[in-house]
Amino acid sequence: MVNIEIDGIPLKVDSSKMIIQAADEAGIDIPRFCYHKKLSIAANCRMCLVEVDKSRKALPACATPVTEGMKVFTHSKVAINAQRSVMEFLLINHPLDCPICDQGGECELQDLSMGYGEGVSRFTEGKRVVKDKDIGPLIRTDMTRCIHCTRCVRFGVEIAGVKELGATGRGEHMEIGTYVEHSLVSELSGNIIDLCPVGALTSKPFRYKARAWEMKAHPSIAPHDAIGSNIELHVRQNDVMRVVPRDNESINEAWLSDRDRFSYQALAHPKRLTDPMIKVDDDWQVVDWQTALETAIKGLQTIINKHGAEEVGGLISPTTTLEEAFLFQKWLRGLGVENIDHRLRQQDFSDHPQQYPLDNWTLGDVQESDAIVLIGSHIRAEQPILAHRIRQAAMMGAAVSNINFFLTDLLMPIEYEMAVDINTMLTTLAGIAKVLSTLMNDSDNDDEWQALYPERTPTAFEQNVAMQLSNAASATLIVGDLANHHPDAAKIRALVHKIAELSGSRCIVVPSANSHAHVIANTLPGKEAKNSLQMWQQSLRAYVLMGFDALHDTAVPVIAKQALKRASFVVALHSFDSEFLRQTADVILPMACFTETSGTFVGIDKQWQQFAGAVAPRGDSRPAWKILRVLGNVSHVEGFDYISSQDVVDEVRQIQAERHDKPIPPYIPDSLTVESDLMMISEVPMYRTDALLRHSEALQKTPETQRIQFARINRKEAEKHGLNHQTPLTLTQQDSVVRLPLEIDDSIADGCVYVATTTDAASRLVSLFGQVSVSQSEAAT
Amino acid sequence: MKLDQVCFRTNHLSPSWTLDAYRQVGGYQVLENILNNKLKPESIIEQIKNSALRGRGGAGFPTGLKWSFMPRRLPGDKYIVCNSDEGEPGTCKDRDILRFNPHQVIEGMIIAGYTIGAQTGYNYIRGEFFEPIERFEAALEEAREAGYLGKDLLGSGFNFQLHTHVGAGAYICGEETALLESLEGKKGQPRYKPPFPAGYGLYGRPTTINNTESLASIPVILQHGADWFHELGTPNNGGSKIFCMTGHVNKPGNYEVPLGTPFAELLELAGGVRNGHQLKAVIPGGSSTPVVPAEIMMGLDMSYDGIAKARSMLGAGSVIVMDDSTCMVKALQRIAYFYYEESCGQCTPCREGTGWLYRVVKRIEDGQGKQEDLDRLVDVAENINGNTICALGDAAAAPVVSFIKHFRDEFQYHIDHGRCMDNTA
Ligand SMILES: Cc1cc2nc3c(=O)[nH]c(=O)nc-3n(C[C@H](O)[C@H](O)[C@H](O)COP(=O)(O)O)c2cc1C
Ligand code: SF4
Ligand code: SF4
Ligand code: FES
Repeated sequence: MVNIEIDGIPLKVDSSKMIIQAADEAGIDIPRFCYHKKLSIAANCRMCLVEVDKSRKALPACATPVTEGMKVFTHSKVAINAQRSVMEFLLINHPLDCPICDQGGECELQDLSMGYGEGVSRFTEGKRVVKDKDIGPLIRTDMTRCIHCTRCVRFGVEIAGVKELGATGRGEHMEIGTYVEHSLVSELSGNIIDLCPVGALTSKPFRYKARAWEMKAHPSIAPHDAIGSNIELHVRQNDVMRVVPRDNESINEAWLSDRDRFSYQALAHPKRLTDPMIKVDDDWQVVDWQTALETAIKGLQTIINKHGAEEVGGLISPTTTLEEAFLFQKWLRGLGVENIDHRLRQQDFSDHPQQYPLDNWTLGDVQESDAIVLIGSHIRAEQPILAHRIRQAAMMGAAVSNINFFLTDLLMPIEYEMAVDINTMLTTLAGIAKVLSTLMNDSDNDDEWQALYPERTPTAFEQNVAMQLSNAASATLIVGDLANHHPDAAKIRALVHKIAELSGSRCIVVPSANSHAHVIANTLPGKEAKNSLQMWQQSLRAYVLMGFDALHDTAVPVIAKQALKRASFVVALHSFDSEFLRQTADVILPMACFTETSGTFVGIDKQWQQFAGAVAPRGDSRPAWKILRVLGNVSHVEGFDYISSQDVVDEVRQIQAERHDKPIPPYIPDSLTVESDLMMISEVPMYRTDALLRHSEALQKTPETQRIQFARINRKEAEKHGLNHQTPLTLTQQDSVVRLPLEIDDSIADGCVYVATTTDAASRLVSLFGQVSVSQSEAAT
Repeated sequence: MKLDQVCFRTNHLSPSWTLDAYRQVGGYQVLENILNNKLKPESIIEQIKNSALRGRGGAGFPTGLKWSFMPRRLPGDKYIVCNSDEGEPGTCKDRDILRFNPHQVIEGMIIAGYTIGAQTGYNYIRGEFFEPIERFEAALEEAREAGYLGKDLLGSGFNFQLHTHVGAGAYICGEETALLESLEGKKGQPRYKPPFPAGYGLYGRPTTINNTESLASIPVILQHGADWFHELGTPNNGGSKIFCMTGHVNKPGNYEVPLGTPFAELLELAGGVRNGHQLKAVIPGGSSTPVVPAEIMMGLDMSYDGIAKARSMLGAGSVIVMDDSTCMVKALQRIAYFYYEESCGQCTPCREGTGWLYRVVKRIEDGQGKQEDLDRLVDVAENINGNTICALGDAAAAPVVSFIKHFRDEFQYHIDHGRCMDNTA
């Protein structure tokens, strides 16, 4: 701690601080452009020049460390002169096109020039013009406005892990851009829009849509990342015009993933469902809510009365809120229905989600890990913000290892990595567990596990990863979507939990966005009842579907399709219309999107975050918790007289507090060998994880999304099966035959074919993971 | 006057740049003595301090003091870097040191490495210096073969490797921290200081950067003693200095003379001002240093403190002589253009200001000047001065301020008449 004085105010500050940090903490305003609290110091804009006693020159507050007894003057003649002159320099080559600039009204240059600029320019030469660059569908560039603060460049290198933006040219000819013009490949790219202090980098979808002062900001929580990024919705009249991050140091810090930034575009999509509808003789009729709800209840009740509640299945998207989840299961259970599930993409139900202790950890703990192992996780696509935390850990020296069915550039230093098929995945994990168990002298009391471990001596990879984990003061294991969606997911999870137990690591099974809330709310099958896969495979007479598309959001598209077609009654609560929905449903209840309802999301770090609705539901749609409340009432289920969604949360909390579940004994697989010749592995594309994203226009135009139509296989497998990239690939799985263009991609493990889900082709597959045969023939259609 | 006492001490030999030639003047004896007797680094630093050697790269910072900032005992990598980027207009001395006496630079760097605890050295040589690069590389080869480079030098346990790095034509890479960035393979842009290279230098490790001439002076100081060197020059301005005499002199070239030599004698040595012309002004230390009018210049001694009396700087010893045919507006335009082109562009006042200065000066030279331009030029220059990351901003401002201060009437004439005064070209 040192004593300093800023503008006569005595302050005690940490000696590692810069003047600007001390001033910020004390609420003293120092103008700045290049400084950003989350980025390294560049000291290039010179806007923060202040007078410091004992210094001949004005000094940059962002780069001058505090020292004992230092006296700083932010508004002295020297300081103001320096700041004014820097402002004049910044403006001489600036186009001053504020009236047509999207940054207008929230431009740091505009704001500061009001305070420090001159009314009339003394610069009478021609201004610089810089060619704009096309860097993709999300970000618009107007590089003539750039003030070369390099915030965007530093963000790329230090946060996103991509050296894509950089400065070329010297002096006045210096330009910020991608060296070769192309789209930015970062799932965090949109943050440079916020970082850019001027209108050089602006949101493409938001271009010319609204002025900053016309919009009102509403706090909210983002629905896609399983951490609940804090966001602000900018609303004009009843429309969300854009989404920006809200600082929360313990969650998203100052950042937001592109998918949570741009998914708002879907809110106004023409495919939004706005009216309750019922099917009458194969025709859809718009009806009032009363009629729709009564039709739904009547239909369900008829089937229950005639065939029993076992013939009804309730399936709900894990992206719905805690309140929605709770009311969904409470209502169905009130009707006697126990076939309830939210684990729509899961195929292996051998273990139970409540089986594993939810140890306490924060995202900060993950960032401070010394060793991190990713298992079956394409972390950048699945959890961009968590990936950023892991990247920060890696850059600080943590050893990050990666075991997956395919290896892509995670934009961070990776210590050990291995592309595996399922058998190698299981034996490798078992090998790691074996090394640890020897290290920990655990071998005597663990016969069941010992029998599963491979007999061979551990591989170098297994030893290395095991050593990293056991040496780490803090270690994290992350099980991602690729593992969780696998038909042998329970085996993977069991092994990873065993490794965590042996090495004292924390184990994070990263589920879909709000899965924790669903486990708390118990949208899980009751005793002896069917899980999601069984509900599809065993074809029920009635289904209640909430918040998802059966063709895109389930593990077994064709089976789900057949089950729904065969069912005699289907009630769907959804926000987006589709042909398939109209073909299969009997009642459609339009539900509000997350911006239009209040609710609670529970992050993977178990933080409960509540948010309020910011706009009215579109058309005649309603918040789902209200729809479910009426459904409860109309069906005469008890305990449905909630006044607000808060009442629902209170009830859940109370149940939580009173609940004393008996610990479920750990699941131990009987064997670790899996039959697999050529296995299809499938990934849910980053910008298509739910209907909201699939209806977001700009995200669908990104290179990431453009690439999802391809099947991918490595060169070795291609040669083995006689495949080339010129001819489409035919995938045969039981009686479904699908043709996809093929890309030879050596990042895919041996024995695997990669496909992306949620495409038209993928929706014609029996199962998104599993045995598959491949062939190619010119003639096939 | 004692000529060629330090860096050019092999000049009387032909060829002067071989190991043999260097050995004839006592080359590498100092190094051998240091290694054989394991001299204490502290004592070497003490001698350099006593010699009053000041950095020859432009700033004139005492070399011994700079070396003493190095955390010598800190474990891990440390570096010695020789700055042979020599980009300052008017400067051509390092080129000739590398051409005619490369071994002295090598010996100086090894001694520096030994003293500051660095086992690796880099010589960053200006990319256009084809012949000097070849000569330096050849000398490195000879030194390696003779056992002066590599592991366990002369059985002393001290390891030292020396590499050449060739620049790519940017003046700014001569600025020490931009040089480090460039060495690391990045865009050559100066770093903000603090931290200084002695704490955070190449690859984040403690680093000392010295000019070629500074390093080449080291073996001579240690061979003949600090006092000998100091007395060669004047108090606080030890040794001799190479002056690059360019411009309107009869015998342009490099002249190594003791610091403190009167300018008049130096001019004489360079054959005097072009025949039939009068001296008008001199830029004494390279284009970044303020111009000095003839009558003041003729009374100055060529030393750091001597030139400072005229509010200019000795800089790198690059003496640009201008006779009465010189249009000062045109001269300033050329200088302003240089800084406009060479600004790295990262900090606002320099990026924007150098172009502004150049355009206004050009406008005056083109006969389009306005009355308010003169004060504006000075004002803009003063707004750059002191407000930038590196000294290039100051370097761009200094000529503008000094040219207008000393030759305001010529600028005024250009604005009023749209052309040069009659007695100039
Ligand atoms: C724009 C600029 C260019 C420079 N160019 C050179 C150069 O070409 N050679 C050089 O030795 N020093 C140059 N310097 C000075 C170096 O930054 C540094 O001060 C010097 O290399 C230190 O060596 P010395 O202490 O031995 O003089 C330059 C400085 C600036 C600001
Ligand atoms: S584009 Fe924006 S953020 Fe990037 S350097 Fe220019 S002004 Fe700064
Ligand atoms: S003063 Fe000029 S050359 Fe130096 S860092 Fe700033 S812009 Fe670059
Ligand atoms: S904010 Fe300090 S120099 Fe830019």
